[in-house]
Amino acid sequence: MAAAAITPVVMPKWGLSMAEGTVVSWLVEEGTTITVGLPILEVETDKIANVVEAPDPGLLRRKLAAAGEVLPVKALLGVMAPPEVSDAEIDAYVAAYVVPAASEGDEAEAGPAYLWAEVDGIRVRYARRGDEAPTKTPVLFLHGFGGDLDNWLFNLDAVAAVAPVIALDLPGHGQSDARLPGSSTLVDLAGFVLHFLDHIGVERVHIVGHSMGGAIAAQMALAAPRRVASLVLIATAGLGVEINAGYTEGFVAAATRRELKPVIEQLFADPDLVGRQMLDDLLKYKRLDGVSQALTQLGATLFGGGRQAELPVPRLVGSGVPMTLLWGSEDRIVPATHAANAPAGATVHVISGAGHMVMMEKAGEVNPQIVAQLQGQPAS
Amino acid sequence: MARKISMKQAINEALDQEMARDPSVIMMGEDIVGGAGGSGEMDAWGGVLGVTKGLYAKHGDRLLDTPLSESAYIGAAIGAAACGMRPVAELMFIDFMGVCFDQIYNQAAKFRYMFGGKAETPVVIRTMVGAGFRAAAQHSQMLTPLFTHIPGLKVVCPSTPYDTKGLLIQSIRDNDPVIFCEHKNLYAFEGDVPEALYAIPFGEANVVREGKSVSIVTYGLMVHRALEAAVALAKEGIEAEIIDLRTLSPLDIDTVIESVEKTGHLVCVDEASPRCSIAADVSAQVVQAAFGALRGPIQMVTPPHCPVPFSPALEDLYIPSSAQIVAAVKRSLARGKR
Repeated sequence: MAAAAITPVVMPKWGLSMAEGTVVSWLVEEGTTITVGLPILEVETDKIANVVEAPDPGLLRRKLAAAGEVLPVKALLGVMAPPEVSDAEIDAYVAAYVVPAASEGDEAEAGPAYLWAEVDGIRVRYARRGDEAPTKTPVLFLHGFGGDLDNWLFNLDAVAAVAPVIALDLPGHGQSDARLPGSSTLVDLAGFVLHFLDHIGVERVHIVGHSMGGAIAAQMALAAPRRVASLVLIATAGLGVEINAGYTEGFVAAATRRELKPVIEQLFADPDLVGRQMLDDLLKYKRLDGVSQALTQLGATLFGGGRQAELPVPRLVGSGVPMTLLWGSEDRIVPATHAANAPAGATVHVISGAGHMVMMEKAGEVNPQIVAQLQGQPAS
Repeated sequence: MARKISMKQAINEALDQEMARDPSVIMMGEDIVGGAGGSGEMDAWGGVLGVTKGLYAKHGDRLLDTPLSESAYIGAAIGAAACGMRPVAELMFIDFMGVCFDQIYNQAAKFRYMFGGKAETPVVIRTMVGAGFRAAAQHSQMLTPLFTHIPGLKVVCPSTPYDTKGLLIQSIRDNDPVIFCEHKNLYAFEGDVPEALYAIPFGEANVVREGKSVSIVTYGLMVHRALEAAVALAKEGIEAEIIDLRTLSPLDIDTVIESVEKTGHLVCVDEASPRCSIAADVSAQVVQAAFGALRGPIQMVTPPHCPVPFSPALEDLYIPSSAQIVAAVKRSLARGKR
């Protein structure tokens, strides 16, 4: 009986490659009543640091993991239990806790890690998660310029709890082919993504788009409004002309870690989030044959000279596609002031203390907004 | 898409993909195609350790088995490079370079300079380096410093399959002569390597482990010994930063200096003989550029100044060990200023 009342707090798994994490610090004391979504501790992986938000409610009875400790995914970090559970019962629970094997079960639950599709002659990587009941409209995640589907590592699982999710490496990005559709305009890119949805047999989606991915999502809604159930546009392009050319051009030009670091730091309000592994992963991507040319072409087409060439988002006014716009207040790539250009009827949230990668830096605030939009109840 | 392959497979894949991409890439060397040359067994061998196995079947006569005359075919490769080809010559063991030194350091290395930039020599000489193979004193040396001494040569010595593929592709595309050193005891070492082509630029060291207590600077097989040492040191609260130089010419001394400015302690680990080695070179450059950052004496971990022994017991003692690296770190920290 006691064991049933005990809720473990465990090391989260952020993204497919995470095997272990370092406990940075606890953000709550023992004896705190935890509500779902409350930030309870900070964990650092080799890719990035983030806060762990409570997935379950309860009374925090025991903090087990110490700051600085490196622990595997699903390791017991703390214990929640109602007051009537005795300390001895908690001791017994902790003693009996076995860390589930990291790989065991994951493959079976989530299917193969990544999937591949060839669309319009371009091979792309994508991932699918969550319960694909035919009644549920899936959520498509589109990353920004130079990004990949792992940009959503703090978001996919949270959203997959309410709807099936699909995340794509756009052409020229991530592990997809380093080639671009057509002449790489937003129309070409949106057409490609619609063909991708045709290819995997998905008719209608909610779209969560970041930066350039937001502009592609908006263009998809213009081209095929009946296929887009709603839009969540995060730090989106396509809403105003300004864009930080120092970033877009610097990202393409940087060949070494030393050159890339100051460029990537501009993406975050907290530059300390940019670690060695993040830079290594980006360099590994940028060094692939064809990537430099693809990014150069894409950058020139969409925002040559530091000006965005196409602004599809305001044109969605009257389209009937429900829309939430999210922005980090410290965005140094696409200014948060662009939110003022939002079409009438859009829900707008500017999240303070976050930069351009607001969905990574403030996942705990972004995820509920995505879920609210999916459920047709954007919180204003 | 990345998958795990060995360093040997990474070399084979880089050669295969570059030959497919660029028709000017050719290969020559001893036994790289057929070995003994028995009828119907043209592709049986693929080099002394089978690194080029299968390439003849795909690329045919662009692979040339040469007579046992390094001076002849290294000269031929350099000449072909000067005339517009991109030859990759396999010189079985670096120990045999002596017989073709004039071609390498007095010809290939000088063409660009002496012809006022009008001649380029995009040749790669792939060669095995290092001890631990029970191959005795004439097949086991780490002669990298002989080549870093020569202006005009680029010298590469990777430690992982990922770096091996990217640096070999860069070597083939580079317009200068490159000595590409492959540690024979890393051939079976596996790691994640993308299937696609990619080039890693020369002159960027890789910080393979971050730490604030001491900087360990090394390359090749010794990177792995240093990583073992770092695990042991971490248990005692000593956080070692490990820098894999990857390319010895050009040398990324900036990354080394940045690290030493953070840690205050430097340990150079080199499988080459101690005198005038990469370790000695890095040590001297750090003293000159960042003396004020040093809080303890620089330590060098190298083999003794003697030929590589044939006795397995002695050869094992000859090669720097992780225990020696741990001891060197402690010497530097113990004698440091606080």
